[in-house]
Amino acid sequence: MPLDQSAKPNAFSKVGTRPLRPDGIDKVTGRARFGADMNAPGMLIGRVLRSPHAHARIRSIDASEAEALPGVKAVVTAADFPDRQDEFRDVLVNVMARDKALYDGHAVAAVAATSAGIARKALSLIKVDYEVLPHVIDVEAAMLPDAPILHDTMFTKGVEPTPTKPSNVAARLEFGRGDVAAGFAEADVVIEKTFRTEATHQGYIEPHACLASVGSDGQGELWVCTQGHFMVRDTCAALLGMDISKLRVTASEIGGGFGGKTTVFIEPVALALSRKAGRPVKLVMSRGEVFRASGPTASTSIRVKMGIRKDGRITAGEAELKYQGGAFPGSPVEMGAMSAFACYELENVHVVGYDVVTNRPKQAAYRAPGAPMSAFAVEGVVNDLAERIGMDPIDLRLKNAAKEGTRSAYGPTFGPIGLIETLKAVKSHPHYKKKLGPNQGRGVACGFWFNFGGQTCVSLNINIDGTVALAVGTPDIGGSRASMCLMAAEELGIPYDRVRAIIADTSSLGFNDVTDGSRVTFASGMATIKAARDAVQKLCARAAAIWGIPEDAVVWEEGAARPAGPNAGAFPPLTLREIAAMAPKTGGPIAGHCEFNAENAGPSFASHLVDVEVDPETGRTTVLRYLVAQDAGKAVHPAYVEGQFQGGAAQGVGWALNEEYIYGADGRLQNPGFLDYRIPVASDLPMIDTVIVEVPNPGHPYGVRGVGETSIVPPLAAVANAVSHATGIRFTELPMSPPRVLHAMDARRMAQAAE
Amino acid sequence: MAARHVRTTINGDAVEFVCEADEALLDVLRDRLALTGAKEGCGTGDCGACSVMLDDRLVCSCLVLGVEAEGRKIETIEGMARGGELHPLQRKFLEHAALQCGICTPGFLVAARALLERNPDPTETEVRFWLAGNLCRCTGYDKIVRAVMDAAAELREGRHAA
Amino acid sequence: MVQVRLGGSLQSYSGGRGSFEIEGATIGQILAGLGEACPRLKPLLEQGVAVAVDGQIYRGSLLQPVRPDAEVFILPKLAGG
Repeated sequence: MPLDQSAKPNAFSKVGTRPLRPDGIDKVTGRARFGADMNAPGMLIGRVLRSPHAHARIRSIDASEAEALPGVKAVVTAADFPDRQDEFRDVLVNVMARDKALYDGHAVAAVAATSAGIARKALSLIKVDYEVLPHVIDVEAAMLPDAPILHDTMFTKGVEPTPTKPSNVAARLEFGRGDVAAGFAEADVVIEKTFRTEATHQGYIEPHACLASVGSDGQGELWVCTQGHFMVRDTCAALLGMDISKLRVTASEIGGGFGGKTTVFIEPVALALSRKAGRPVKLVMSRGEVFRASGPTASTSIRVKMGIRKDGRITAGEAELKYQGGAFPGSPVEMGAMSAFACYELENVHVVGYDVVTNRPKQAAYRAPGAPMSAFAVEGVVNDLAERIGMDPIDLRLKNAAKEGTRSAYGPTFGPIGLIETLKAVKSHPHYKKKLGPNQGRGVACGFWFNFGGQTCVSLNINIDGTVALAVGTPDIGGSRASMCLMAAEELGIPYDRVRAIIADTSSLGFNDVTDGSRVTFASGMATIKAARDAVQKLCARAAAIWGIPEDAVVWEEGAARPAGPNAGAFPPLTLREIAAMAPKTGGPIAGHCEFNAENAGPSFASHLVDVEVDPETGRTTVLRYLVAQDAGKAVHPAYVEGQFQGGAAQGVGWALNEEYIYGADGRLQNPGFLDYRIPVASDLPMIDTVIVEVPNPGHPYGVRGVGETSIVPPLAAVANAVSHATGIRFTELPMSPPRVLHAMDARRMAQAAE
Repeated sequence: MAARHVRTTINGDAVEFVCEADEALLDVLRDRLALTGAKEGCGTGDCGACSVMLDDRLVCSCLVLGVEAEGRKIETIEGMARGGELHPLQRKFLEHAALQCGICTPGFLVAARALLERNPDPTETEVRFWLAGNLCRCTGYDKIVRAVMDAAAELREGRHAA
Repeated sequence: MVQVRLGGSLQSYSGGRGSFEIEGATIGQILAGLGEACPRLKPLLEQGVAVAVDGQIYRGSLLQPVRPDAEVFILPKLAGG
């Protein structure tokens, strides 16, 4: 049966409904087991010693006293991880510092002991001789010629000829097309501004946690909260020199990730401790460790210049982006650069980007990595262009919006996309007509994300009672098991609750890429559909054999095999349950499989609308109303699609208003806790309205697009545009925390008084 | 440090345990009593994931010592459903899709029940401020607040009917 | 021959050249041909790139057929969160 790539709107009986999630009862009763909820007989407790210095040479480590402490069963340092110079080099050095500690919190040693108290005591007995070095935290400062250099082997890539002097600029990128100078010359108004964003953390509520067990035969097991247990397996096996087949990784329930759990931190350390101690080791990060030593996102400095004609047509866009991604190359500047102007039809565009290293933790992906910052800058300028030419900001965006056939600013031509539909949804929403009061302002912004597919493997087994066991390899963070069950039930024509989806361990399925890039409902969903169609084909073949007619004379409709065609004969339908019951005596078990590389994920666009009120006495911003309109292609479980929209908006509001990494002059993180790193709480937010736009993705049989990441792209800009509207002051730096807003308003009052 | 012997009541059952004098109630519940429904999100009382009731008072169990449980009554998420029957809050959280990853959910449910026991008819603002000590990073709180309001309405109806 | 264009930062590694005529019927053949035509790009191509064929993005499909008149963009390695 060919995979039907055409979307079939209105033809669904399960997809698009809102059933209860299969893991729901476990999660409301406390029964669900997350990373730190697992124990093993004979288990030891692991703890990590971390550098208190932002930048220091490690002259020596003396762990002899710690090793001698009763109850200590293993101590590991970089010496326990063989050096390597391949693609795993950076993650190896990040997991355990080698010759230098590169940031406050960088792991330098770890212990396993019979209790947490003994492990803590052991850490205090490890003597590390540091030679403290000058450090650099700020992205612009790190690019200066006399900045302290993190890696004396780093020579800026992307520059010809390759520099001979080491630098903190890991790479320079440049792309564009058309003639921006001509574009600006054609413009009636040109605006150029520089924007800055601070580093923020994904802020998942569950700290990193794992339980490792390696036997004397070299075989290991790992229980871990991660977005990708196959990635964890392959990375840990490489760092520890194990055969991949000897390490079995089970993904626990995961308490949030947002990109931050797409790499390894403590997992190889726990395995190394367990291997050395010969006992299971549980290693759980504290919240302070999560902030200091996991993977927050980049801080940035972005200059944007755009020109517009009086009729509202944007004539050119230019951007220079500087992203620091912590102590190693790999800041998301490339994706920030490519997504910056993706919402607009632009003939003339030119973008330069810099990937910069600083003495901060190695950044990890954070929901649409790189895109929220560049959207903050570009959408801020678009807002001001609209103001300057006196055009409605939605009309201006509609006039320039990318659509099917538009050549994207980053290169390829877009297929069917839903940006215009989201803008129209916002414009026609009652929110857009609400009257604003004093000190209130309204902001609009758009956002784009690429979306990805990736390697995916699914197994679907028909049980003898007619129920279905669906094994998926992508950890479920936001309810994806419900979506998988819906799609399997849709294909098989059986009730939703007859399908039970689980996340299988690494030994039970072929390789699956990480749960990232908004890929799961798209890619694992497509694999589930393909596996179900594979099973249907086998169910039809079994019915054909039972009836003694050709396979192609059997069709599958409403959960049953039915004879079809002139020579099929008349037989009563055989339901899935009936065929399943006969399976043991008619050829054995029936299962469907799919292993493939999902491509053509189809981008998702969104438009956000927000109203705020700024208190002139305190500078505090209150979010009054919020609306998200986003293209989901086809919403499989609309309640969880809305949840993605609302959650992304809330995270973006936090990024815009409060969240930031604050470093002291000593290069140490000053706010490694939820009291001082303030994420939005329930009383900070209003209800978040949603409109699900459905422009089918031709790359998916049901038209599904990923939705998880786009929702965090517009809010930084939308909130900034609203605060700027409310105060009459253009804010170009995040977060717009009360002191910063108050300072700006005070400065204006002073200036007005002086006039 | 000598270990202490503690007698307490958890979810209606008499329980005895031994713990260190400086050990948090959260660690006792999770590591000694295998009640892992309460989660550690921060260990500093900022996230509410470890919320339990201590003598009918909502507390962060990471900020309470295990020895403080002596002679007192503790209620955790594990005691919220009556046998197989979910508490209306638990049911409404599922119906409203008020959880995504679910790590904060036990804390929210314990805290929300504490609210509804004091105030059966809270406004949206009252719900938001009561739950301001519980962090959720996935949902933006919209569906959580709706679920709590809906559960409150159902509980009020039940009370009238009875 | 397929017209292959470089997107994103890849032009920084081709001396600013944005377009190549490459012989090839699949993504894999085109990437191999591009590596020959522009050796500085070769390590990047081997590390992994995304290829947009008529607007559809492929990240891991070397065997994907490509028509001679297709719009082909080579994009840097991309990943999400």
